[in-house]
Amino acid sequence: MDDLLREFLTETSESLAVLDVELVKLEQNPNNPDLLGSIFRLVHTIKGTCGFIGLPRLESVAHAGENILGKLRDGALEVTPAAVSLILECLDRVRTIMTALEAAETEPAGEDGELIARLNALADGTGAPAPAAKAPEPEPKGSLFEQVGGLATIDAFIESLYMKVMADDRLKGFVADVNLDRLQAGQRDSLGMLLGGPSGGNEAALAAGHEWLVSPGMGAKDVAILDGYLNEAMTALEVPAKAITAIMHKLQQSRGLAGGNAPAPAAIVAPEPAAPEPTIAAPATKERKMTETKAKVEGENAEAKESAVAAQSIRVNVDLLENLMTTVSELVLTRNQVLQILRTKKDSDFAAPLQRLNHITSELQEGVMKTRMQPIGNAWAKLPRLVRDLAHELGKKIDLVMLGAETELDRQVLEMIKDPLTHMVRNSADHGLETPADRRATGKSETGKVTLNAYHEGGHIIIEIKDDGRGLPLDKIKAKVVQNGLATEAELTQMSVQQIQQYIFKAGFSTAAKVTSVSGRGVGMDVVRTNIERIGGTVEMRSVEGQGSTFVIKIPLTLAIVSALIVACGGERFAIPQISVLELVRVSPNSEHKVERIKSTPVLRLRDRLLPLVMLNDMMGLTSGAGVEATEHYIVVTQVGTHSFGIMVDRVFDTEEIVVKPVAPILRDIAMFAGNTILGDGSVIMILDPNGIAAASGQMNASGVGNAEVATQQGKSKQQRQSMLVFTAANDTPKAVPLALVARLEEIDVSQIERSNGQLVVQYRGQLMPLVPMAEDFKIRESGRQPMLVFSDRDRTMGLVVDRIVDIVECDLDVKLSSDRSGYLGTAVINGHATEIVDAGHFLTQAFGDWFGSAGESDFEIQNRRRLLLVDDSAFFRNLLAPLLSVAGYSVTTAESADKAMTLHESGDEFDVIISDIEMPGMNGFEFAETVKKSQRWRDTPMVALSSHASPRDIDRGRKAGFADYVAKFDRDGLLQALSETFTQLRGAA
Amino acid sequence: MTKNRKAAAASTEVEANDNHKDFVSMTIGGYLFGIPVLKVQDVLGQQRITRIPLAPPDVAGSLNLRGRIVTAVDVRIRLSLPPREKDEKAMSIVVEDGGELYSLLVDSVGEVLSLKSSEFEASPPTVDARWREFSDGIYRLNGKLLIVLNVARLLVFGNREAA
Repeated sequence: MDDLLREFLTETSESLAVLDVELVKLEQNPNNPDLLGSIFRLVHTIKGTCGFIGLPRLESVAHAGENILGKLRDGALEVTPAAVSLILECLDRVRTIMTALEAAETEPAGEDGELIARLNALADGTGAPAPAAKAPEPEPKGSLFEQVGGLATIDAFIESLYMKVMADDRLKGFVADVNLDRLQAGQRDSLGMLLGGPSGGNEAALAAGHEWLVSPGMGAKDVAILDGYLNEAMTALEVPAKAITAIMHKLQQSRGLAGGNAPAPAAIVAPEPAAPEPTIAAPATKERKMTETKAKVEGENAEAKESAVAAQSIRVNVDLLENLMTTVSELVLTRNQVLQILRTKKDSDFAAPLQRLNHITSELQEGVMKTRMQPIGNAWAKLPRLVRDLAHELGKKIDLVMLGAETELDRQVLEMIKDPLTHMVRNSADHGLETPADRRATGKSETGKVTLNAYHEGGHIIIEIKDDGRGLPLDKIKAKVVQNGLATEAELTQMSVQQIQQYIFKAGFSTAAKVTSVSGRGVGMDVVRTNIERIGGTVEMRSVEGQGSTFVIKIPLTLAIVSALIVACGGERFAIPQISVLELVRVSPNSEHKVERIKSTPVLRLRDRLLPLVMLNDMMGLTSGAGVEATEHYIVVTQVGTHSFGIMVDRVFDTEEIVVKPVAPILRDIAMFAGNTILGDGSVIMILDPNGIAAASGQMNASGVGNAEVATQQGKSKQQRQSMLVFTAANDTPKAVPLALVARLEEIDVSQIERSNGQLVVQYRGQLMPLVPMAEDFKIRESGRQPMLVFSDRDRTMGLVVDRIVDIVECDLDVKLSSDRSGYLGTAVINGHATEIVDAGHFLTQAFGDWFGSAGESDFEIQNRRRLLLVDDSAFFRNLLAPLLSVAGYSVTTAESADKAMTLHESGDEFDVIISDIEMPGMNGFEFAETVKKSQRWRDTPMVALSSHASPRDIDRGRKAGFADYVAKFDRDGLLQALSETFTQLRGAA
Repeated sequence: MTKNRKAAAASTEVEANDNHKDFVSMTIGGYLFGIPVLKVQDVLGQQRITRIPLAPPDVAGSLNLRGRIVTAVDVRIRLSLPPREKDEKAMSIVVEDGGELYSLLVDSVGEVLSLKSSEFEASPPTVDARWREFSDGIYRLNGKLLIVLNVARLLVFGNREAA
């Protein structure tokens, strides 16, 4: 791309971002002339640059916007929301054109006539948009014309000049009977030419005798007043003082010439003697001279300041900074190594210079980090506009308060935090804040407040997003949790308010009763959480119903270098990022703290609380040399979200600055590692990921981290990863079932198992739960406790009796299908063993013959026998989902590709809903949706996308392609809910 | 080592032939293997290797090679050979695959052999499937067979097979 164009694009997008913010500010303070001036200048610069590099379309749009702004600034128009909206629309058009420009390097074809017409209509009486089409020719650098800011500025100050003239009783008579618009256009163009600009073609206006602003009949006194006004007008437009002086000078000269060659104006209208009276003119000149001198001095000062600023900043390619950062990171590592060596050698000659090297490295590191630092306000720039648009759309009054916008953080972190932040603010404005009427009813002020606050705290950045809205509706969350089968009512009563609130971070969870265009349905907080955790941050939430919610995001200052605690366990060393370490506790049999056990689960009493413990050596599959109780241990108290837990390690060393390096691809699926690094002693060390540990140890069931991480990994690896529950039953062959299908794992005392009507049953949570053995000849235990997997669907539960629950394994599923045995989907390799994949649907029907049919009784009645087409290239998923959907009462047809599905279309099959995978060989899901939407008979059939990629961008793309909803692949509840919602909407629409 | 030297001697007879390819020879579990010499970045002696818990058994760990973290793959285990004894030392051959460095742990590294393509043939179909997958073919040397390892396939681990 042309350098000039690239520069233009960069600069203009920056300007546009500023404009968004300023316009919204303007709407709030319509009478702030500084703001208007700055907005005008920005738009003006955009327009001017467009003309300069030859972008006529962009220029005409910008010019129309500028016209209005000029009027607003001069007070000819009032700042109204409508005007601001229109200008914002104009800027959006500029942005659209720029996007296309960036891609194609030429202006896209298109017609902006309608928009420009509306803009001009608003600009009203001006009626002088004609010159807009004529792009000013490129100017020799430094010409007065350019210094002034081109024709637009001239236009603007001429206009404001005449405004003043019209307001002045002494002068208005001179221009009373002329067409002011034509006069202004003529004056503008002639002045433009005078200053070295291009010919504007309106010089004809001069023929009317109004030369160089002097109208026929004006005396010297009048001219002096006129010039004073001109000076004022130009100053208000921030024309450089030097340029003003020069312009005034040129005008004087031209008038002199004109006076010499042209007939005296006095000849036409002569109320006063034409001869200028020197006595009056002289003071005026003197006065002017004084202002000129003053202006000159100021101008010089201003210019000096400006150039000083310009000389102090340069643009540097981001890649260069990235490379620099990498190099410095390596230097830090090397420094650490050298210092480590130094520690072992006392009295070395190197000691002093190495200490110096140490300091310099630290300073260099700090310096380079600073180059990457950007104020967080950059990530907020779009928010005022967003909130404003939201407020208009939702009919709410929203006040966005942004504090600490100057807080700086690493630009990489900034980029990654941008989207989650936007999403959360949108959520607060949409879901959090009530409508003005509701607010009044609860005694709050009509205007809702969303506060963003950023500040540094202990090497981290804290960002708070606070609203004074309705808070999280606890009852609704509870109802939804139960409805989605995430927990039972009984379990909910055990939970703290905060634990229940955490459910909003679960995939597919949205409590907004109404789905608005603003907040996507169900997609949201889980993605936010995943994104924040990906950069090593945490997000917490506090909410009081009726008073509002506060989200607190804690993120590291930089991703590259982090401080980490080095611990040892089972003979290996690990690093734990300091950000997640709350405190360290030493435990030994005779110390104040000791590890107690509930069954085999270790816990620690810490300040009147029970802290669940995770044994790192168990998690890592390492063998600890000594017995747990025998020796002393250290507990690293860690916080992930609102959950704290202790990681039990053998030893704790010191903290060290480490550079996080990604692990090798073959190790990336081990969720417990965040990366690896090289320590001061030169050895490689693995960095633990507390989120991964929490997820792996089952801590985070309530908050959905586990699910989110699975989803992320799927997104990353593009593979179908699945958590499988591995167990044995009947024989030694391991068996597995997708964890998502299992409601609970239970161990039930065999004495409780009863026999009824030839079937094994057990009393379970106040109901009779039928038990189904894995095989006909399978014997339940004689005594003790019998493990079983509990499957649950609405009010029905069944237990699948197994021998032993082995493990939960996250793996890629490559199922070799074998259809000859009922109850099995096939065999896959899990953890290096051939494992049979169990068909849960088969056993469900064994427990309840009517499980499939039972759907008709409940709320699923309406969708009973709904015909559903499932398109997925993976045989495994077709086999997994088909029974699931049948259970939910759909009549399921499957197709292994979009082409196959279209064959069904051609053969005349009809469906009520289509569920489609996105990543498929051949025609992908998006293309499929587009094809369906264009087809004859299926175009009204709602479609639901099923994908492991559920980023907001994909979801957006899915919507555009025609999908009614977008569901993560393993979100069984989410899928059923999306289907049910889709039908509910259809019914609502019908 | 003597075996290696013999193999090297055998190859020198047909020097300066265009149909020659150069291989770094190595022994793993008593077998002679070769890797195209251009694939090899470094040959290292015994290294300090950090074990990685939860990693597949054929990943021996990570090591620090001049500031870069290199994943060590135990080729013995990869080839389903009995693991090395505790006191047996391993050597590392560092190769690059997909922008990542890997260190292949082998028993010993021999000389660079220049081998005639006329002595090359594909692995017989009766050879162990895993070995056949990881090898490009076999060179018939004087009294010894050299199995050519395919580094790229050797480094495809279970979770990447589908990709």
